[in-house]
Amino acid sequence: MRERVGDHMERMGRSAVAGIAEFGLGAVLFAQSIYWIIIGHRRAQPVRLDAAIARCMEVGIHAVPIITLMSLTIGIMLAIQGIYSLRVFGAEEQVVLGIGMSVVREFGPLITGILVAGRTGSSLAARIGTMRISQEIDALSVMGINPVRYIVAPALISMVVMVPVLTFWSSIVMLTGAGWYIGIDLGMSAAAYIDRLTEIVKIGDVWHGLGKSVLFGILITLVGVINGTLVSGGAEGVGKMTTRSVVISICAIIVTDMIFAFIATRS
Amino acid sequence: MNQPALNRMPSDAEVVATPAVIEVRDLITHYGTRKILHGINLDIRQGEIMVIMGGSGSGKSTLLNALLGLLRPTSGAVRILSQDLNAISDVERTKLRQKMGVAFQGGALFSSMNVLENIMLPLREHTRLDRSTMQIMARMKMQVVNLAGFERLMPAELSGGMIKRAALARAIVMDPRILFCDEPSAGLDPVVSSAIDDLILSLRDAMGMSIVVVTHELESAFKIADRICVLDKGHILTIGTVDEVRNSKNERIQNLLNRRTEAEILDPDEYLKRLTAAGA
Repeated sequence: MRERVGDHMERMGRSAVAGIAEFGLGAVLFAQSIYWIIIGHRRAQPVRLDAAIARCMEVGIHAVPIITLMSLTIGIMLAIQGIYSLRVFGAEEQVVLGIGMSVVREFGPLITGILVAGRTGSSLAARIGTMRISQEIDALSVMGINPVRYIVAPALISMVVMVPVLTFWSSIVMLTGAGWYIGIDLGMSAAAYIDRLTEIVKIGDVWHGLGKSVLFGILITLVGVINGTLVSGGAEGVGKMTTRSVVISICAIIVTDMIFAFIATRS
Repeated sequence: MNQPALNRMPSDAEVVATPAVIEVRDLITHYGTRKILHGINLDIRQGEIMVIMGGSGSGKSTLLNALLGLLRPTSGAVRILSQDLNAISDVERTKLRQKMGVAFQGGALFSSMNVLENIMLPLREHTRLDRSTMQIMARMKMQVVNLAGFERLMPAELSGGMIKRAALARAIVMDPRILFCDEPSAGLDPVVSSAIDDLILSLRDAMGMSIVVVTHELESAFKIADRICVLDKGHILTIGTVDEVRNSKNERIQNLLNRRTEAEILDPDEYLKRLTAAGA
């Protein structure tokens, strides 16, 4: 019995150390990416703009249809639920207040973050994991091409650029969906809806949402890359780490969201 | 194909006169707590083909990774073209690596690029040539490895032998001083494998490269090697010419050459112990 407790303790200790090591790896990768983005040109090893643009297409443009569909649905859902619950107080007209704030500050960044984590975070982990197994990462190293510069930095740039853009788009679509339903249900005109929205939603709220989304983009990239580099043992290993990367990035996004909201509402 | 000129052995005088391009001194590496290489000493000379041979678990892949600088040794030194791989700065190492070409076992071609782009990649990253010049240079190397006409194919569309050829073309595109080949004939049928061997020989003769080949295929080792280094359990059993190795009296070498299984590997206790040691 005592031995078993000891075993558990040891295992817990090991995974705690491994977790901290992963944090460290994330910090190192982030620092190295920034280093290559700034210094790369001077060392004749620039981060390729065309690679970053190709990643932007993949991360951003190709995600637009799914993000539009999800955002429209969620916008309508928010309007339905908002009107339903406010009807208890006879305050249906106030639905715009709730929706405007929550979409721009929370739902836009969160839904975009989760979708990007599922789409891009997982593909990043799978791509890097496969490259590791097929020795493509080694091949880069022995060619004198730094893998962080060649793979991680473009991915990071594309995420930092595209996740806020997608978030902005998602918020607009959500508000459109909600407005459309409110128009049908409460007979509010589009002009009146937009009027109320601009009255309620301040530019600070928009920045709050976009700022968060930049953070989510960085988190998703680092989690994807770390899980990719930890892949071992063939195709099964790639699958395992891909799943792990999605789960961890979604958790990281939600926890960060809470912390960000707490800090931002204090000041 | 009978071309004695390709297989010509350097004379003794030539061997002594040619300087070493790779010097390995007392190289010790660990994987976790397990010792993999137990003090390797090895010189690889200008223009020779050195075959590093050994069974599974002999440490030959570890030695290759240490030579490539992918693995930091616990102690000892790897000097490539007189520069200590683990003591020089990143910038110097990047420069040094442009003088080394590596053809990996599975090719390690980038799956998102076609063959031509794969071969052009080192040029694109390390030179300031314009695109058409790079394309011409890459096509020339494709000609050398008999892959002309396959520029636009993706790696997934290539056969095993073609992947090895493409990997070789990418490895030599910067005209390296030293070429490393990891298991060049693994997974190929005898005919294709023999063609790859001929290709390696012709590369040495045409471009004067020093070539390090890691393999467990005896036939191909005997065909291409100037010298063979036999590894076993992290120790060098012998370094010598093909004839010296073939006629060695050493029992372990003869076991390897004659594919005799060793009794102790089949002992389950020993095997379990190895497994747990590997997991630690």
